[in-house]
This record gives sequence, structure tokens and C-alpha cells, in this order.
Amino acid sequence: MSHTSVQKDYQAKTNTGKIANYLDQRVGMSGIIKEFGRKIFPDHWSFMFGEVALYSLVILILSGTFLTLWFNPSMAPTAYDGSYVPMKGTEMSVAYASALDISFDIRGGLLLRQIHHWAALLFMLALTIHMLRVFFTGAFRRPRELNWLVGCALLIVGILAGFTGYSLPDDVLSGNGLRIIDGIFKAIPLVGTYLSLFFFGGEFPGTLLISRLYAMHIMVIPAILLLLVAVHMFMVVLHKHTQYPGPGRREDNVVGFPVGPVYAAKAGGFFFIVFGIIAFLASTFTINAIWNYGPYDPSPVQAGTQPDWYVGFGDGALRLWPGVWPFHWEFNFLGGTWVLSVFLPFALMAGSVMMAMIFWPWIERWVTKDNREHHLLDRPRNAPFRTGVGVAGIIGYGSLMVAASSDLIATHFHVSLNDVAYVLRFMFVFGPLIGFLITYRFCLALQRKDRELVLHGIESGQVVQLPHGEFIEVHKPLDEYRRYKLVAFESPEVIPAQPNKKGKISLLEKTRGGLSKIWFQDRVAPVTPAELEAAHHAHHDAVEGTDSSAQIEK
Amino acid sequence: MGNHSDGVQAKSSAVVTSQEESKEKFPDPGLPHHAPRLTDVDAKHAKTAERQVVLLFVISILGALLFWFAYFGIKIGGNYYDVLNPEANNTLRLQNLLMGLGIAFSMFGIGIGIVHWARTLMPDHEMEESRHAISAEADRADAQEIVETILDESGIKRRPLLRNTLIGSVILAPLTFVTLLRDLGPNDPSVLKYTLWDEGVRLVRDPSGTPIKAADVTIGSAYHVLPENLNSLTHENGYIEEKAKAVVLLMRLDPNDLKVSAGRENWNVDGIVAYSKVCTHVGCPIALYEQRTHHLLCPCHQSTFDATDECKVVFGPAGHALPQLPIAVDSEGYLVAQSDFHEPVGPGYWERGKHVEEMKSEA
Repeated sequence: MSHTSVQKDYQAKTNTGKIANYLDQRVGMSGIIKEFGRKIFPDHWSFMFGEVALYSLVILILSGTFLTLWFNPSMAPTAYDGSYVPMKGTEMSVAYASALDISFDIRGGLLLRQIHHWAALLFMLALTIHMLRVFFTGAFRRPRELNWLVGCALLIVGILAGFTGYSLPDDVLSGNGLRIIDGIFKAIPLVGTYLSLFFFGGEFPGTLLISRLYAMHIMVIPAILLLLVAVHMFMVVLHKHTQYPGPGRREDNVVGFPVGPVYAAKAGGFFFIVFGIIAFLASTFTINAIWNYGPYDPSPVQAGTQPDWYVGFGDGALRLWPGVWPFHWEFNFLGGTWVLSVFLPFALMAGSVMMAMIFWPWIERWVTKDNREHHLLDRPRNAPFRTGVGVAGIIGYGSLMVAASSDLIATHFHVSLNDVAYVLRFMFVFGPLIGFLITYRFCLALQRKDRELVLHGIESGQVVQLPHGEFIEVHKPLDEYRRYKLVAFESPEVIPAQPNKKGKISLLEKTRGGLSKIWFQDRVAPVTPAELEAAHHAHHDAVEGTDSSAQIEK
Repeated sequence: MGNHSDGVQAKSSAVVTSQEESKEKFPDPGLPHHAPRLTDVDAKHAKTAERQVVLLFVISILGALLFWFAYFGIKIGGNYYDVLNPEANNTLRLQNLLMGLGIAFSMFGIGIGIVHWARTLMPDHEMEESRHAISAEADRADAQEIVETILDESGIKRRPLLRNTLIGSVILAPLTFVTLLRDLGPNDPSVLKYTLWDEGVRLVRDPSGTPIKAADVTIGSAYHVLPENLNSLTHENGYIEEKAKAVVLLMRLDPNDLKVSAGRENWNVDGIVAYSKVCTHVGCPIALYEQRTHHLLCPCHQSTFDATDECKVVFGPAGHALPQLPIAVDSEGYLVAQSDFHEPVGPGYWERGKHVEEMKSEA
């Protein structure tokens, strides 16, 4: 290997070349640049949310680092001596006092707190929308299933990051949040009481919790988040980005802009736009005005307390589960007290939404028997069942999230609190089913519309009278690029239960076959050239839709 | 593409078509032709776009200057939310607003500038790149062989005793650290049974700490109450933990409205009843008392308890009634507790049923 150094080195002429040369000889830069400098990334507005999440995370880390310079995570009591008059002399924890100091006695400290909190809200929002995008377009399919899991993990760890941060200022609001966590821990069968005592270092609230949460919030959780992001990015590069179907876009290519300069400029510029949006929100909309709440005290609580939005589904689940209807959900059995009215909302309601999300790629693969690689995305309408399931999930999750504000809904719209709860309970149970059915039908309708467009063209608005007196509207055929977009999709069919090697159909396979039937029995196939040909021949009979070729019936 | 992608409809019972089947697919017309932008063909437009980008960068610079102006130029200080000097708040607000807007503009300027630059002046030709298999078939075979060789050379397959002891030690070694977590907290749940309330402990108002004369409690009124001995505690020896368990809500109802179960007949003083204020759902303080219906409402998750019916759950997610504090009147006419609660306060937990039984036999 040593002979390479004796070879005459490549002599760069420009300054850029010299720097590149230096770096190349030390870290092999040209290989990296060759690989990534002109790497192609597809461009679509829906690919932006992942970027927003990434940039929000960067802003979270930047602003959070600033906050650590002044925040003191101690629960030791102190008499407040800052410049916020209403609390002068009040006994409070050092943590709360330092959070007040950041807000009032550090120039720009309040702004940093606001930037940090707003960035957290945006991070979780962007992450959620990004996951929805991936779900609805089928981007989680092979080879990206593991990256979907990384996304699920990011979502869960993100919730933990938000929750630990929310608890740090030690005001009434965050203290009550922790009190609720204490109750949730205690509801876990068998080990719950111990978990609670361990978590708080004794009875609630103890004197250790804030510093424990602080270590988690600024070290352990961000490290996990960054690790997950690194794995995520590695896999994105490895798999190359998915793309929407369209002319020239195939399973075996990537169409888009090169990283340098266009994509890097757009993505890099977008970071600053996201930062700008967060800074604008932070300076104009105050959230979590901790000085209004006062130091944590177990006795008072404010009506209308709300968790941050991404914890809402958990809080809403807690609100919706009935405690004593139709029977007592808290009972003694097998030597212990089962606090199911608190345990089940998490294990069953919030848990089922999470579990369905985590396992979806494998559920879909099992039913469809589709184990091929997919780099072309589905338009949501072309996968009606999956899109329906996604909407059902949104409605289930959404009703829980709305339930977290049930008291505000009742007071703002002057309706009974109990009625709001009844309606939301109904929504959680039946809403997903209704939403699924409507969405499923809606997707089929949109697919039929696509067929209609391909077969008969666009209504031109031009009405002509034929020699024999008939009026018709001229339909303009689609050009081949637009048409290709509407016909280039797969329409999988029902795969009935298959016998195994022994010639038997297992119960599991029967279930799969049944699901496959529900999944695909109503389907709209893409137009074939022969059908288009026939439509042209049939001419305006088909325009009027009398020809059954354009009709998909059950 | 794949095996279900042929658009064949005959196999599906759902689709009826009178059409002749065709396996044919529309051919891929390839990438659409690139339409040049105005800035590509007209130097004047390109120049305008350039100027717009420059303007955006200048806005960014002005934003940064605005930040420094707000940081150094606006003098803040003194006391905030002081009724005597409301001006100080406005200056603080203004400073935060301008600093924030300064940062926002400095970021927007750069961001929108660069994106505008990329969209108007950088080439917008879409390019194509092939995808390659994530891993070649041959590589996989090679890799498998390498792994086999490694395993073989290490001898781990041939020496099961070596392998098994390694597995054992690797499992046990980390468990030493898990054990260290044991002292995160105490493990005696029986601390949850008791509160500061005891025989003769006076009920005092929260937060003033003054005792309450039974005669002062009028029908329809409600008090937030603490045990008098709470004040002897400091933060170091459990003030806040005890307060979190001992908070009580005191109300006077019409004695005729009260439903009293056997064994609790003398727990109230002429319709004055005291209940734990800690919600039995997940522990929020129950702060809302509705006089007309005598309902107590927890503001966190809306569990509703009926004060006339021994605070049984009438709505919401709470799993059991609020524990009642037996009260009496002392020789000076002040309200005192007869004893501690007869069951643990707060949310349910695994050992709660056991604790209730134990406390019954102790009483």
C-alpha cells in the first residue's frame, strides 16, 4: 500500500482544488463528494415535514443548550428574590426560581424559553405529519420497514422528551402533570406502587425528581433522539428517497434535483425559514407563562389545565374511560387492586393506536403477500383500504386528543361537560369505523374519476352543435404525461387463502384470506390502452357514461 | 413492475367489465420536456431575481441589527408586574418582541433568499439516477461465508462450555448495574396508608392556617383545609409530601340531604363533612365545588363526586369514592379530626385493597 505515497501527487491549481486535495489525502473527501455532491433527491412538498422535524430538533438543541446555562434543577426551597414583584419573598423550589430568573432577569431568556417550547411543539407536529405522509403513501413498505420503526421510536422518545421538559420548571402546572404520572404509575398492576416510589425517590413529589428528570431531558433523551435521527438518515441515504409515480419515474431510478447546488440550497434555506417561523411564533405568542401559575403546591389547581398537544391523546384517554360505569373498573382480584380505569386507557386505548402504528407494515405485508421492494409511492386514493385505516387512526387519535380539552369545549360552547364526554366516547369507538367507510368509498370514487378523465378527457367548456342538431360538450383528451400519472399504478387483487405444503388451509391463512377479501374486493383497475381505444370508438356514448366499460359495479 | 400490476379485472368479482381484456399497459412517456423559466431565457429577469435575493439578504442583516438594537438599546430592569410601575412590563415585552422579530427576520431573510436563489437562478433540470440493489446477491453469500469463518475461527461453535459460560456472564454482568437502581426509592408501600390527620388534630384553613369554629361554617360554604400539625414540618422533613396527602375539603350541607351509611353516623358535625381533596382517579386536587348540586368536580379529568352521598363517583373516570375524614368539635368549639382517614387517600394502587383491610382491623 505504501507505493501510493511515492506516486506523483495530483497537483491542484485552484484554491478550492488545493483545499479539496488536502482534505482528500487525509479523510478521502473526493469519495464522499462523488457519492453525495450530485446525489439526486426527489422534490415534493410532502417530503418537507421530515425536514421541518429535523430542523426543529436542531433548534431545540441550540435553544436548550442556552437554557442549561441558567437553569438550576434543584428542588431545595428558596425565597424568591428576583424582579417579578407578585412572588417576591415566596417560598419556592430553586428550579422554579431559576426558571423565573430566565424569564425576567436574563435578557432574551424569556424568548429562549419560548423558542424552545415552540420548537418542541413544532417538532412533534412535523414528526406526526411526516409519519402520516409515510403511511398514506406506503413509503413504509420494503425495504423501509425498519426505518418506519425508527420513526415510531422517534415519536415515542419525542413524547418523553416533551414530558420531561414540561415538568422541569416545577410550577403548579408541571407539578400537577407529575401528580398524574404518579397516579398512572400506581395503576400498573403488581409493580406500579414500586415504580412510583422509585421514580419519585419516595412519596410524591419528593426532593429528587426534578434533577432526575433534568438528567434525562438534557442528556439521555437527546442522545437517544440523535442516535435515532442518525440511523434514520443513514437508511434514507442507503435506500435513496422514494418518489411519486409519474412519467419517467420508475422503481429503478430516482428523479429529482442534485444535492449540490439546488437541493442543498433549498434544504439549507428551509432551515432558516423554519427557524424564522419559530422565532416569530416565540416572540408574538406567549405559551406556558409559568409566572402566572405559581410554585408547585399540592393543594391548588387551575381549571382548564391542558397538557402539550402531543400528550393530549393520553390525557384524553384518561378522561374518557368511565370509572364506575357499567361496573366498578377498580376492584380487588387475585390479591391486588386492579385500577383498570387508569390502566386500560393507556394499555388499551392509547396503546392500541401505538401498536397498530408500529406493526402496520407487517400486517399489510401479511395480508397482501406483497414482499417486493417499493420505491414508487402510492397516491393515497390508489390504496383505498390503507387510506381508510389511516383516517380511522386519525379519528381515533383525534377524539382522544380532543377529549383532553373536553372541559374547555364545554365552557367555550356552553354545552354540558358530560355530553361532551359521551359524544367523544362514541367518537372514539364508532368514529374510526365511520371514517374508514367514508374514506374507502371516497378513494374508490376518486379512482373512478381518474378513469373517467383518462377515458373521456377534460371537459373543455366548449359546446358544439352537431349537424343533426345535437349539442355536445367537447372533451379534450389528456396528454400522455398527465395520462400516465393516472394509469401508472398497481391495483392488487384478492388473494384467497392458500393451502400450505401439506395441502391444508390453516386458520391463520383463512383469516388472511378473509382480510384480503375485505381489503381488495372492491377495486378500481387502471385504464388499459385497449379500454381507452374502445372508449374512443364508442365516442360520446361513453362520454355520457352509458357504456359499461367506464362503470365499475359491484 | 409486479405481478398484480397488470390491470386484469376478470379475476375480481367486484369489477364487471364488458370490455375485452388487455394485458397491455400504457408505455412510460419518459420525463416531460423541460420548460425554461423566464430567468433562464431573459437576462433582465435573472437580474431582477438576483436583486430580490440581495434584498432578502439585506433584510436579514437589518433583522440582526434590530436584535442588537433591542438587546442593548432598550433599557430594562427594575420590577415587573408591579402595580406602581406598569411601564417596566411594557419595556420588557417590547424588548422580547423586538429581539424575537429581529431573529425571525434575520432567519427569514437568509432562508427565503437562498430558496428564491435556488428556484430562480440555479438550474431546475430534473436529473435521473439509477437505484441499485441494497446489497448484491453475491455479496450476501460472501458475507455469510465470512461470518461462518469468523464463528469457526473463534471456536465458539466447537466449544459449547465456553459459549454457555460467556452467555451466562454477559447476562449477569449488566444486572449488577440494574441492581444499583434498587435504591432509587424506598419499597414499602405502607407509607401510602397514613396521613398527618389524627385524633384531636385541628382543621385549619388553607393557606391562612387559622382554626375553624363549627359555628362559622354556614350551609353551602366550602373550605380548603389542612391539618394544624402540618406547619411543624419543613421542606426537609416532608412538608410537601404530607400536604399532598392531607389536603381536605370541608363543606356544610343540610343534614337532611346527607345520606349516611352505617358506621359513619357520627363522622359529620351537624352536616359539616370533610373529604380528602386528592382525586381518587390520578391524584389532582379537587378544586371545584358546585353548591347547587353538591357535586365536587376534579378539573383535571372531570371526575365528579356527590358530596351528599359520601362522595361516591357519579361521573368520570375515578374508580372509588373520596375517603371521608371523621370530624368532631373540641372543647373550644373548633373542628378537629376524630382519627386519620379510614382508607388510603388518592389514586388506587395494587396494595390498596390490602391496606383498606389492614386499616379496618386497626381501627
